[in-house]
Amino acid sequence: MTTGLISLFLFPGLVFAIPAGWLFVWGEHKAVARMQRRIGPPLLQPIWDFVKLLGKRTPPRHGIEADLLRLYPALSVLALLGALALLPVFPAGGHGFSGDGVLLVALLELPSICFILAGFTSGSLYGEIGAIREAVLSVANNLVFLLAIVTIAVTERTFRLAELAGPSWNPGHWLGVVGILLCIPAKLRLNPFSTAGAEQEIYAGPLTEYAGAALGLWELAHGLEWVALTGFVATLVLPVGGPWWAHALLFVAIAFGQVLVLSTVAAATARLTLERSINFYWRWAAVLAVLAATSALCMRFHA
Amino acid sequence: MKVLDRLMQKARTKSIRLFHLNTGSCNGCDIELVTCLSPRYDVEQLGIHLEGSPRHADILCITGPVTRNTLEAVKQVYAQVCEPKAVVALGSCPASCNVFGGSPVIKGPLSKHIPVDVYVPGCPPHPDAIINGIAQAAAILAERGLPEAAKGATQQ
Repeated sequence: MTTGLISLFLFPGLVFAIPAGWLFVWGEHKAVARMQRRIGPPLLQPIWDFVKLLGKRTPPRHGIEADLLRLYPALSVLALLGALALLPVFPAGGHGFSGDGVLLVALLELPSICFILAGFTSGSLYGEIGAIREAVLSVANNLVFLLAIVTIAVTERTFRLAELAGPSWNPGHWLGVVGILLCIPAKLRLNPFSTAGAEQEIYAGPLTEYAGAALGLWELAHGLEWVALTGFVATLVLPVGGPWWAHALLFVAIAFGQVLVLSTVAAATARLTLERSINFYWRWAAVLAVLAATSALCMRFHA
Repeated sequence: MKVLDRLMQKARTKSIRLFHLNTGSCNGCDIELVTCLSPRYDVEQLGIHLEGSPRHADILCITGPVTRNTLEAVKQVYAQVCEPKAVVALGSCPASCNVFGGSPVIKGPLSKHIPVDVYVPGCPPHPDAIINGIAQAAAILAERGLPEAAKGATQQ
């Protein structure tokens, strides 16, 4: 109970996750800026952005539509904080429960569903186009994402995150990690899979009509998505054991390293069309993921 | 002035999001504005960011002499930017209609239709002048966003 509360409110939950989310968003913009030989934003930029958005006076909206538009970003932030609380950063302390991996996948998927619904609810044409793109891309990348997690789960013979944590000698574990890494750019709407929120092309996609505090919450949700997804990968590769502070520092370093690498890839690539993005996931990544999951299953029954 | 007001005022000068609207410009000023985002000037280090949606913006940067076809768009986009907001007129065209003045299809200058806070003269203006104009507009915007009582305190 105490471990659960610490995970939810302290580390890797609320107190850690929100500053970490802002740090990761800064890392994303800084990496892109450095790739373009620019200096990039100052360290506190995401915090200034958030504070400023809280002070904007948004246009009045009425009825169920207004409530829903406020609900979606709040729900995304809450789902991601829940997902972060499930991450087994210290797996030795009796962390989690049986099948918490399934809950983690559901919580990680909720922001994407809220993003799609926000696009349709906003009533903006650009929002609807962005929502359709996000929905199609979500179906494409989730196939690979789920197969990658199934590969790891089958290899380790459990869906309990505390037992999945840490590196393994089994190649299935590493194939799964690579599969998850391939899906992160699409889940975070980064180049080359940034078609859903394609800035300037369809204005801001589903967020076109958002302003003020609700937009600030969406930006916070983006930061938390960074922490949750890269943190999940970090728990899968981080060796178990050692002093807790070194373990926590290593967790942050591995997660932040992924932010820098993925942002550098985003800066080095152009936006793919929706069709090409789907081709990438269904034609190449999904074939590899199916092979990995099948071989993991075969090896399990063989053993 | 309360601490929260001061924090918000500081945030408004540190986080500036622009929306760029071309109202019939020859593209000279547009190119100079985009130059501000390039590695040489890199306005992102000052917290300035170009946005795709007017709803996300704080400052509206307008180029061009306001043609008949773009007049409604100017009014609509101005209304879509959330308060507190500021308007920067880039180049000579929105200020005086420049060489296009007198044409029946030109409805400028811009100040006839929406309030303008900062004029950046030039044909086209230098990127340094544009950045200076945006910084001035951010200072105006930060002051405008304060509650009435706090505004008096700052002026004293």
